[in-house]
Amino acid sequence: MIKHKYMILRRLTQIGVMLLYVGANFWGWKVLEGNLSASKLFEKIPLADPYAVLQMTVAGATLASDVIIGAVIITVLYALIGGRAFCSWVCPINMVTDAANWLRRKLRMNQVAKKPPVYRNARYWVLGLSLILSYLLGVAAFEFVSPISMLHRGIVFGLGFGWAAALSVFLFDLFILKNGWCGYVCPLGGFYSTIGRFSLIRVTHDAEKCTECMHCKEVCPEHQVLFMIGKESIPVLSGECTNCARCIEVCNDDALNFHIRSFAQQVKKEK
Amino acid sequence: MKNDAGNDRRKFLLTMARDVGLLAFGGFIWSAYVDEAVANKLALRPPGALKGKDFLKTCIKCGMCVEACPYDTLKLASPGENIPIGTPYFEPRDVPCYMCTDIPCVPACPTGALDVESVSTDGKLDINKADMGVAIVDEKNCIAFWGIQCDACYRACPVMDKALYLEYDKNDRTGKHAYLKPIVDPDYCTGCGMCEHACVTKKPAIIVRPRELVMGEVGTHYVKGWDKKDEKRLENAHEIHTVTPRSEKKAVDTLNDMGGLLDD
Repeated sequence: MIKHKYMILRRLTQIGVMLLYVGANFWGWKVLEGNLSASKLFEKIPLADPYAVLQMTVAGATLASDVIIGAVIITVLYALIGGRAFCSWVCPINMVTDAANWLRRKLRMNQVAKKPPVYRNARYWVLGLSLILSYLLGVAAFEFVSPISMLHRGIVFGLGFGWAAALSVFLFDLFILKNGWCGYVCPLGGFYSTIGRFSLIRVTHDAEKCTECMHCKEVCPEHQVLFMIGKESIPVLSGECTNCARCIEVCNDDALNFHIRSFAQQVKKEK
Repeated sequence: MKNDAGNDRRKFLLTMARDVGLLAFGGFIWSAYVDEAVANKLALRPPGALKGKDFLKTCIKCGMCVEACPYDTLKLASPGENIPIGTPYFEPRDVPCYMCTDIPCVPACPTGALDVESVSTDGKLDINKADMGVAIVDEKNCIAFWGIQCDACYRACPVMDKALYLEYDKNDRTGKHAYLKPIVDPDYCTGCGMCEHACVTKKPAIIVRPRELVMGEVGTHYVKGWDKKDEKRLENAHEIHTVTPRSEKKAVDTLNDMGGLLDD
């Protein structure tokens, strides 16, 4: 097996999705038009960012059916294949934060860094706040500050100062807080965490094979979801897992793998 | 033991207070930023765009109108342009709206921020109903108002003789020439900006701005007495009597009452 199989696959999807959007704008490709906020697949199927649609609805917008159908399609899709799969397989900011995290490891910054505070829940507060502000201001509040949209839209339609937003995220993750943006702040990540709570594709841990080297915890951007490492043979059920498969790649003992979630098994365990 | 419980409660309350405080702090900065970010109302929007805040509310910033535009007229605002970020707009001096009869940008909109109804007549798309803005003429710097013959804007106007017509006037300075002054009729102007694009002066002397910025508003208490339709508004009008302590006397009596000023 290739060592970085999933990493390569993720980069291919991230860049591939981006390329399809860029191709639509510059060369008129009819595969995926628009951008991550809303798009059209093969000129027929509408797709839309359910979090943006939610904010707009709270802001009081009367929306056309296209965008609502699109939002439902995307919601169902990520609810099935792992909510935050968006974060590690599609979101363009992932490459920025991965780069920051890689540099942190190379510079051994994690050794000098203080133990990060456990405010992983901050993203849900930001999520709630974004909805309150959308309601009060009458516009989708996060959509006006989102570095994700700025970077993504910028690459497809013209960047302007959008690079500054991406650079800010990079610096934040590099110097201020490990996995800071994706792991603590981003409300879109919080949104997909909520949606993906019951998704089918799960990383599963086999404690009997585990030698407790803890490489997986080191590399995981959401290491709190790997609490069972070396202790229990259970799947990673937290919605905060991004299904990035970095833990699977670094595991030399084959103790971590993707599995389709089996609800039957869980029920048995709970009994 | 009791003390411990007190400490726990204190800790809990303080943590809560801190979290709520942080949230409010973030919320204020965030909302101040968004408020500023949506303040610019100068941008010209694609045809059929909802008005003002409704447009900002409904546009999802996907850029499908931009991709549908065959002339590269439309752009999405990027950070640093001081236009609500990610929303579509155009600058007619660069590329005006060429008023395609099939208006490809409008049906492309997935959210209804570009409203098909508003640019349709009897269920058929009708670009002449578009209201992207209104042209205004700077009479000081329009050379046609100097007496030089120029009708570049008039020739460029796709709703020629309705939205933009020439008014003839005699030129008293020479005594034998005419002025051909371009006049905009906002009732017909779609704001496509072809006039602004065509204007020959260094900085255009005819420009397009959003309608709500350009137009005044009269108020309902003025009635055009010469206009039968407008006059009709008076049909159901009735007198309004305001009664105050002064109403006891007639107005004339009040005026004639010298209040003892002339008594001597």
